[in-house]
Amino acid sequence: MAGTPSTVRTNNKLVRWIDRRLPLFSFAQDAMIDYPEPRNLNYWWNFGSLAGLMLVIMIVTGVFLAMQYTPDSNLAFNSVERVMRDVNYGWLLRYIHMNGASFFFIVVYIHIFRGMYYGSYKEPRELLWMLGVVILLLMMATAFFGYVLPWGQMSFWGATVITNLFSVIPVVGKTVLTWLLGGYAVGGPTLARFFSLHYLLPFVIVGVVGLHLIALRQHGSNNPLGIAVKGPQDELPFHPYYTIKDLFGLGVFLIIYALFVFEMPNVLGDAANYIPANPLQTPPEIVPEWYLLPFYAILRSVPDILFIPSKLAGAICLAGSILILFLLPWLDTSRVRSAYFRPIYKWVFWLIVIDVFALGTVGAHRPEGWYIVIGRIATLYYFFHFLILLPFIGWFERPLPLPESISAAVTRKNGVPVGAAPAEPR
Amino acid sequence: MADLAHGKPDQRGLSHAAGADSHGVGTRRDFLTIAGNALAVVGAACVAWPLIDSMNPAQDTLAAGAPVDIDISKLQPGQQIVVLWRSRPIFVVNRTPDLLQTLQQPQDLALLSDPNSEVLQQPGYAKNWNRSLQPQYLVLVGICTHLGCIPSFMPQANSVGPGWIGGYFCPCHGSRYDLSGRVYSGVPAPYNLPVPPYRFLNPTTIRIGENPPNEADFSLDSVVQI
Repeated sequence: MAGTPSTVRTNNKLVRWIDRRLPLFSFAQDAMIDYPEPRNLNYWWNFGSLAGLMLVIMIVTGVFLAMQYTPDSNLAFNSVERVMRDVNYGWLLRYIHMNGASFFFIVVYIHIFRGMYYGSYKEPRELLWMLGVVILLLMMATAFFGYVLPWGQMSFWGATVITNLFSVIPVVGKTVLTWLLGGYAVGGPTLARFFSLHYLLPFVIVGVVGLHLIALRQHGSNNPLGIAVKGPQDELPFHPYYTIKDLFGLGVFLIIYALFVFEMPNVLGDAANYIPANPLQTPPEIVPEWYLLPFYAILRSVPDILFIPSKLAGAICLAGSILILFLLPWLDTSRVRSAYFRPIYKWVFWLIVIDVFALGTVGAHRPEGWYIVIGRIATLYYFFHFLILLPFIGWFERPLPLPESISAAVTRKNGVPVGAAPAEPR
Repeated sequence: MADLAHGKPDQRGLSHAAGADSHGVGTRRDFLTIAGNALAVVGAACVAWPLIDSMNPAQDTLAAGAPVDIDISKLQPGQQIVVLWRSRPIFVVNRTPDLLQTLQQPQDLALLSDPNSEVLQQPGYAKNWNRSLQPQYLVLVGICTHLGCIPSFMPQANSVGPGWIGGYFCPCHGSRYDLSGRVYSGVPAPYNLPVPPYRFLNPTTIRIGENPPNEADFSLDSVVQI
């Protein structure tokens, strides 16, 4: 076997010696320097690499926090307070980790909406999209386990409410719940296993991210025009064009992130979690972290449906609201990827964004008065969007003509796009 | 590959579909493949089971769920005490005759979702108007049947709102129960508060977690909703 020819450009003998035996340098060269990307990627394409960076930040800070943390229901709360008061830079590690969860979700949600606007989930990137949904589910589980660890009031009662959802499973629900909790109710055994899983799942996420990237490289990135790359004239090497673009975006992102870490570290959290867990006292209101609020709103908004009690129906809709994303590549029947060329979908897209924000608002308030009404309408619209609107729009919408190629659309001669299709929208 | 050697290339990949064989019988290799795979599945299940079962409640956790005895000799009329049994709050209330009277007024019963305790949320010996062994003493699992919060004990009339006759109010999502733990209609909670198995050892001692000797066996696990 001759091996793969080295692509690394260097005269360094050591590098060449290693690369011939272990092609690490070639891999880096292929993946991060020569890697061709469509030449028209905009800043919405920054959020994939930002999400990767957040994963690294969370794992690194998490590993060091775990050195100080005690997963025992009698000691956990105080061990976290010790991190905040006594451990050198413990406050910094914890605030980076705590706010990091929020920023990880911000970045990932933008990444998902980017994919939805530009049709990145469409053929041939269905599995790439579905792996992304798997990552989202794993992130939600990891975040939930992590939120339980400080063993504050919201940790304890959030865990009680969420684990209770499993009791709606017919026949085996209670057995499953006891098995999950390791006791009759949320307690010491629950905390210990949640800590173990909170440490495990991020590495599972790393694995799925690896698959996500393999699937990405198979057909390359989608782009704002949603049309396929037709040749080298449509592409640019990753370095320096996109390394510099990613780095600039990273700088902006880190400024905002740092503002939260240093100036308002507890704004995104709940004050009730600084009260130690008390199984005999419920906090006035149990709300999850902000990034789960839209789903929490769906859970609470569903009324009794025929013979299905509200609690079971709510749990089904909650699960369905995420699982439906797996089917998105087939629910959207339009063959045009980018909303840029889809005159109806480009508006409908913003309606689902507004709908998710409305659900988030409803999830943060007690289900009373108008919040019940809005919650039900928004829940209904959420499923209406995916199950009815998307398939139908694809059938009757008349998309605008697509440009011949990426380079034709983005290269201008005398201010006019070369070979541009007529009436290209701004 | 072996199938190719037999001159039957269409059999590739159908090795466990023995019926597809042109002779109508599976080969020895088919049998070995099925048996081998089946054994591997059984083996994997045997390996997985200790891992799965280790997550079930441990012996000390189960032992901590043994019955507990409560001395109620100092429980004053109208007073509630809360004890922990199996990590769950157990409410024990000494109900005054006045409070007991509110439990039978037809206009109040009409507001309840399940006034006759039809849903299995209590042992047979507590399926009565006062949901208890002795009307004076109420014993409940203090966990809201909506999403597991702990309802507040509000025995005073009008303490939750006008017309309130005394009962339990859940601060989380506003569920209401009367002083027998029966849920009102039109609140998020679907069922009455559960009654745990219990018995009187003597007039001033209640044992939680054990049924009276002459009553049918009842386990808290059998209720519809805790």
